[in-house]
Amino acid sequence: MVDDRKPMVHFDSVQKSYDGETLVVKNLNLEIARGEFLTMLGPSGSGKTTCLMMVAGFEAATHGEIYLDGRPINSVPPHKRGIGMVFQNYALFPHMTIAENLAFPLEVRGIGKAEQKQKVQRALDMVQMGEGGFHGRRPTQLSGGQQQRVALARALVFEPELVLMDEPLGALDKQLREHMQFEIKHIHETLGVTVIYVTHDQSEALTMSDRIAVFNDGVIQQLADPETLYEKPENSFVAQFIGENNTLRGKIKGIKDGIANVELANGEMCEALAINAGPGERTQLSIRPERVEIDPEENNSGYTVTGKVEEVIYLGDHIRTRMSVAGNSDFIVKTRNRLGARRFNAGDKVRVGWATEDCRALDHGE
Amino acid sequence: MAKSETRGRQPILAADGTPLKDALRRSQAVERRRAFSLVAPLLFFILIVFAIPIVAMIWRSVYNPEIRNYLPQTAAALADWDGEDVPPEQVFQAMAADMIVGTENRTIGRAAARINREIPGARSTMMRTARKVDEWSSPYREKFLEEDEDWANLEFWRILKRESRVITPTYYLLAMDYEYTSDGDIAPRSEVYQIYKQLFFRTAWMSILITGICVLLAYPISYMLATQPTRIANLLLILVLLPFWTSLLVRTSAWIVLLQQQGVINELLVGLGIIDSSGRLRMIYNQTGTIVAMTHILLPFMVLPLYSVMKTIPPSYLRAAKSLGAHPFRAWWRVYFPLTIPGLAAGCILVFILAIGYYITPALVGGDSGIFISNLIADNMQGSSAQLKLAAALATILLVAVLFIYWLFNKLVGVDKLKFG
Repeated sequence: MVDDRKPMVHFDSVQKSYDGETLVVKNLNLEIARGEFLTMLGPSGSGKTTCLMMVAGFEAATHGEIYLDGRPINSVPPHKRGIGMVFQNYALFPHMTIAENLAFPLEVRGIGKAEQKQKVQRALDMVQMGEGGFHGRRPTQLSGGQQQRVALARALVFEPELVLMDEPLGALDKQLREHMQFEIKHIHETLGVTVIYVTHDQSEALTMSDRIAVFNDGVIQQLADPETLYEKPENSFVAQFIGENNTLRGKIKGIKDGIANVELANGEMCEALAINAGPGERTQLSIRPERVEIDPEENNSGYTVTGKVEEVIYLGDHIRTRMSVAGNSDFIVKTRNRLGARRFNAGDKVRVGWATEDCRALDHGE
Repeated sequence: MAKSETRGRQPILAADGTPLKDALRRSQAVERRRAFSLVAPLLFFILIVFAIPIVAMIWRSVYNPEIRNYLPQTAAALADWDGEDVPPEQVFQAMAADMIVGTENRTIGRAAARINREIPGARSTMMRTARKVDEWSSPYREKFLEEDEDWANLEFWRILKRESRVITPTYYLLAMDYEYTSDGDIAPRSEVYQIYKQLFFRTAWMSILITGICVLLAYPISYMLATQPTRIANLLLILVLLPFWTSLLVRTSAWIVLLQQQGVINELLVGLGIIDSSGRLRMIYNQTGTIVAMTHILLPFMVLPLYSVMKTIPPSYLRAAKSLGAHPFRAWWRVYFPLTIPGLAAGCILVFILAIGYYITPALVGGDSGIFISNLIADNMQGSSAQLKLAAALATILLVAVLFIYWLFNKLVGVDKLKFG
């Protein structure tokens, strides 16, 4: 699906500043392949939306060039870029009916009435709103989810090769949001359009994307597919931001064959994969809650440390145990709720362990 | 459907067996009374100082009691008169009786003044005769005719008969430059006296012009206000509202200083050699003066509704339109402009209605060609030539015109869509 011709979008050392003093986007280099679903993920103020707006043409790059299908577009006005865009609050025109909203991009392109009608119908069918008499309604007469679908259909109806989405699901409730994630994903797969998607919701990013660019402080912290991002975070920001993460602070005593020997805050020792911290440096160990075992059998893992159970939370499909480990009283362990699984009580003293590959020694963060 | 179903069934009862609807009404009665008591003082105030005076004004514009009240017997006697010949003895007898009573009560002068308004000179005839009539005895007809030949004037009697009705359209006819002919027909007044109709039209078109100029000036300013950051927008808004904080007279005199023939603009133009000293522009005490000063005064009424509507339009609409391929102008015309119509309409109707009834500015800077109908209404309300009833008729026509415009506007745009801010 993702082909290797010229990249659809290419950021070439792009910088953006609003006030001439601080950079919102710092030297961005990014290539987005044709047909790719790329998500820009990050907290607010991280520069992700600014990047999107620069592609759309609503913000100008302070330095550097953006190429669309190999053509520089810095001086091309937004209405000539031919990029579909879904806005955060849908931006459906309230004085036009649904059909008129969808026909708008076709009308400004001088497409005939009959063809307009046909394309509008096809676009509405695609978002499952072709039937039910929605054509003549106004946006305010639709539910949030329906408005969202119409906004999506409007961004796609003129068959753009690139579609930008700026937190399009932010205003929906959780269930609808999850449903729409799958729908957008399916539409992307069916049409083969390139999508740049901006969100601050990491689970949304993991669900939908081919690749995710994690933004923080105007810099891409890591650019990878969802699995790599979750399993192999390259720095403490990504480890914290993506998924649930346990953090243990410590100091690297030495590194041997890529394995770091770490002294934890309470003096206990353990081993971890050395990622971006050197010998003698302070480090943050990152371990996913589902990779931790309580009272592991011998030989199963490299190291075990002592822990004290603080709280047990029953969640149906799994059980969360909060415990104190090496000075961190917010250490979470997730265990599957399987038959015969051992239950703990608050106050129990146990040993916790994990495989060395699951523990990553990262920079010490802030 | 649901309604008919519930109607078919027993009414729903509250816990104590009374119908639920009654219980609900009772429980809300206190709330309603409290709400009413909050607005009652204002309601009372508006009733006393606004609603009642307007009704009184409309009543006054058609109320015509003088002849009926002060010459009651004459009015009754004239009811049978056919208007073809000098009235019979009984009419003169009634007139003599009315005059005697009228002289005693000092009301005869008012009746005479009323007739004098229709036939100039009739007042002195009446007063002269009234002084002598108590010495006469019947038959009166010859004595009246001997005293003054005006008593043989058929027009006098016809008018007397016509104006003995309590309600008269006379003042409305006057206000629209019509009058009764001596035959009792309605005909346009001679052109020398025609002033009101022309003035109504001038008031209307100048108000339209002022509204139009306000739209042209206010739209871009409002757009700028709505798209600037709040801090800058507030500062600009204060500048827009500045005229509100200056007294109307101060503002108007400022315009006089600026626009008069020895004023700042003319001096500047002469100084720069653009115009000759003999060719100084007349920009005040004419229509130009009225238009300039009133546009300035009414501009904020256009800016505020426009601004408040534009502020609610998210910038993403225009962006969306552009991203969908619309040229910036087209995006504006198809997406932004239609959304500003409620504010535009509110501003237009506000400015137009304020303009059409404006008084002080046209009076100060309008000269002869720039005055409005309100100025003539005012003229008719004061001074020795005051014709309060004509003023009332003119004012009522203005009121009806404004109500009509409002109605028309409601038909075309819909008042519920208006946004005043």
